[in-house]
Amino acid sequence: MADSGVIDGPGRKDEIERAKSEGKDLTKEEKQRLRKEKKQQKKIKEKKDDKASQENEKEKKPVTSAAPASQPPTQPTVQKAPSAVPATAPVSVPASEASVPADKPTKTKAELKAERRARQEAERASKQTKKGETGQQAATSKPKAPPSDLQPVVKRLPEHIQVDNPDVLKKLAKKLERQQIPLRSDYGYKVSLFSHLHQYSRKAPLTQQLSIPSTVIHPAIVRLGLQYSHGIVAGSNARSVALLHAFKQVIRDYTTPQNEELSRDLVNKLKPYISFLNQCRPLSASMGNAIKYIKKEISNIPSNCKEDEAKNKLLNCIESYINEKIILAGVAIAKCAIEKQKISDGDVILVYGCSSLVNHILCKAFEKNRKFRVIVVDSRPRLEGKEALRRLVQKGISCTYVLISAVSYILPEVSKVFLGAHALLANGYVMSRVGTSQIALVAKAFNVPVLVCCETYKFCDRVQTDSFVSNELDDPDDLIVTRKGTTPLEGWENESSLGLLNLVYDVTPPDFVDLVITELGMIPCTSVPVVLRVKNVDQ
Amino acid sequence: MPGPYKETDLTERVEAFLSDLKRGGTGAGPLRGSAETARETTALLRKITAQARWSSAGDLMEIIRKDGRRMTAAQPSETTVGNMIRRVLKIIREEYARSRGSSEEADQESLHKLLTSGGLSEENFRQPFALLKSNVIEAINELLTELEGTTDNIAMQALEHIHSNEVIMTIGRSRTVEAFLKDAARKRKFHVIVAECAPFCQGHEMATNLSKAGIETTVITDAAIFAVMSRVNKVIIGTQTVLANGGLRAINGTHTLALAAKHHSTPLIVCAPMFKLSPQFPNEEDTFHKFVSPHEVLPFTEGNICNKTDLNHVPTFGKSFSDLDISSLSGFF
Repeated sequence: MADSGVIDGPGRKDEIERAKSEGKDLTKEEKQRLRKEKKQQKKIKEKKDDKASQENEKEKKPVTSAAPASQPPTQPTVQKAPSAVPATAPVSVPASEASVPADKPTKTKAELKAERRARQEAERASKQTKKGETGQQAATSKPKAPPSDLQPVVKRLPEHIQVDNPDVLKKLAKKLERQQIPLRSDYGYKVSLFSHLHQYSRKAPLTQQLSIPSTVIHPAIVRLGLQYSHGIVAGSNARSVALLHAFKQVIRDYTTPQNEELSRDLVNKLKPYISFLNQCRPLSASMGNAIKYIKKEISNIPSNCKEDEAKNKLLNCIESYINEKIILAGVAIAKCAIEKQKISDGDVILVYGCSSLVNHILCKAFEKNRKFRVIVVDSRPRLEGKEALRRLVQKGISCTYVLISAVSYILPEVSKVFLGAHALLANGYVMSRVGTSQIALVAKAFNVPVLVCCETYKFCDRVQTDSFVSNELDDPDDLIVTRKGTTPLEGWENESSLGLLNLVYDVTPPDFVDLVITELGMIPCTSVPVVLRVKNVDQ
Repeated sequence: MPGPYKETDLTERVEAFLSDLKRGGTGAGPLRGSAETARETTALLRKITAQARWSSAGDLMEIIRKDGRRMTAAQPSETTVGNMIRRVLKIIREEYARSRGSSEEADQESLHKLLTSGGLSEENFRQPFALLKSNVIEAINELLTELEGTTDNIAMQALEHIHSNEVIMTIGRSRTVEAFLKDAARKRKFHVIVAECAPFCQGHEMATNLSKAGIETTVITDAAIFAVMSRVNKVIIGTQTVLANGGLRAINGTHTLALAAKHHSTPLIVCAPMFKLSPQFPNEEDTFHKFVSPHEVLPFTEGNICNKTDLNHVPTFGKSFSDLDISSLSGFF
């Protein structure tokens, strides 16, 4: 009691002084309240001591665990509510008095708990407004646990862009060890500008280090990971759909263990799979959004739901996601593009690489008997344009095929440029296959309109201004080629000052893009944050 | 008899040179640099001067013009041939004028003279001079020594343009630029990014040569030019020809490189020796392209799409882009 007396001292004195200044004596109710406060303070302090010892092991910044030393106004960013509450509860007590409803003298333990929680909410709310007005907001009780509310202040950087930080690498290695997933090692000399990114070799797939049969990772996921790392499944739509199908298989084969809830255990089961896929090939923005959606759906399964029912529900959710966000969105975008005369007779359309959406649009337009021809631009080393060429030529569309270095020669013939996107960033930049920005640049120089086609599930909260901070480095050996019988780059690993750079993505500034066609309509590049906000509100 | 043998020998040489030009241009034969072409052209013209039968300057000029037309027709894309022929013709005119004794100033066509003289000058170069032959050959020898030294003279200026810790970008393979960068690397440390320039990927060889000289080199694909341009301090390129309006006729992809450099306000430096300067004007955008077989781009093994695709657009030399600002032309020495 003496301990809590130290903490409570100033607070209680305030209260008593205030009561006195108000001219009333401490009523019986108030005295009982005070006694109960003291008891609660003691309990909270004990709880806080426990939590403090736990939280010291975590990586979060330790915030004034010595609560007595701090006063609420001096705590700029509060991360742990329990440590904050004891010091501030006394101050908040008078404030929340008014707000706590039905304050009866005799209360049950549950009511006390609820009251304490309400007080904690009030305290946090008051901190967020940074003003004295606290009481009225305490009524908004949030369902989540308190600590997670205060997290957004510290942003955790994604691991895949911190390869040059040995601490992050160590943490990653530990995490993978815990999940029993092998760590993939970098390969080859990395260009200094990109030393913060991973660079893997295709000749050393992750699965070589896995034991067979793998007990930790579902075989569908192992297969998927191999398909990703070898480029068999490539392109952001294809990768997302493959991922969702693999997850459906995982859910079908899943059984809830005893004493576990499906909503929590399944999410934990998925985590090592996601790490594994990340190691095989860094996740794309669309895959990230899909995973977020699945996790949300899983955690929203009510606990009284039977397992079969829950699994069916999840499978239906995934089906509808694929259907709505990818397939129907593609249909809507094609319809939009064709009906609004974005593809008219006599057009010469330039496309780059192989975008499933753009190919779909062109095929649909051809079916609707629009007369146009297509120029497919391709680039080394992936040469994805050949695949696009194959698909278009099979439909009967007349095509021309050039490499990207010839684009300034061929552009005067072109009337429109259609580009696909990997992701649309919040500042309006388009992240897409490397070379897209170049085509947009040259098209702008020749005053040819550039249209980007992108579904809304690829919209991303990230902001990026150049192609360096976050990118993917592909196998550098892909650049080696034999021309006229010689292979100049054959022994490049032995040359100490020679590096090969095989970038996968680049970002196109929004001033090069004239229009973005989404299933919500035709928007300018800069409207991406608006769409994101609307989507968040909907969810 | 020396005469006829000399002539047949001469015609053989000319024919050999013509066929060499024809073959070398298609990319099938050994790729020759412009400097070699210039040197061989000049050597051949010297031989013609020495061995052909001519009595006056006018005759010589006629012979050279005739042979020159055949040479330029054999490989129109090699403009150095034409440039060298024009240089030699100018030498002949100068030597003739000097032999005639007229002074340098009078010889120069002032604007006043152009207006008052009325009609072409009566120079028909018919006067025979005994020493003309040896003078012309001597002048051509001077020209040849000048050609030998162009690359070194350009490379000597390298340190004026490259500071330490710079990132320089280049495209394809240019012997002039290679010498330029190697010379700077002796005293300064910098990085070079080479765009490989598909489909022939000459950039690979350039990169290996530079890295063997100890320069930090990175090879990138053509598609990544704009992506990495923001970190580049200077762009240094070679060219095939410098046109009369300041435009360039250079390897495919140079236009994109120049546009990207302009967007990021990066200075673009062209290293071009004197024999690459041409008096030709690009009247149309399309006049200067040179195409090669599309086999390099889409090989015939991919037959089922090949026969349905329009593939004749594989330009190896790109159009001029005089509208972009090119900050300096090194090589004027």
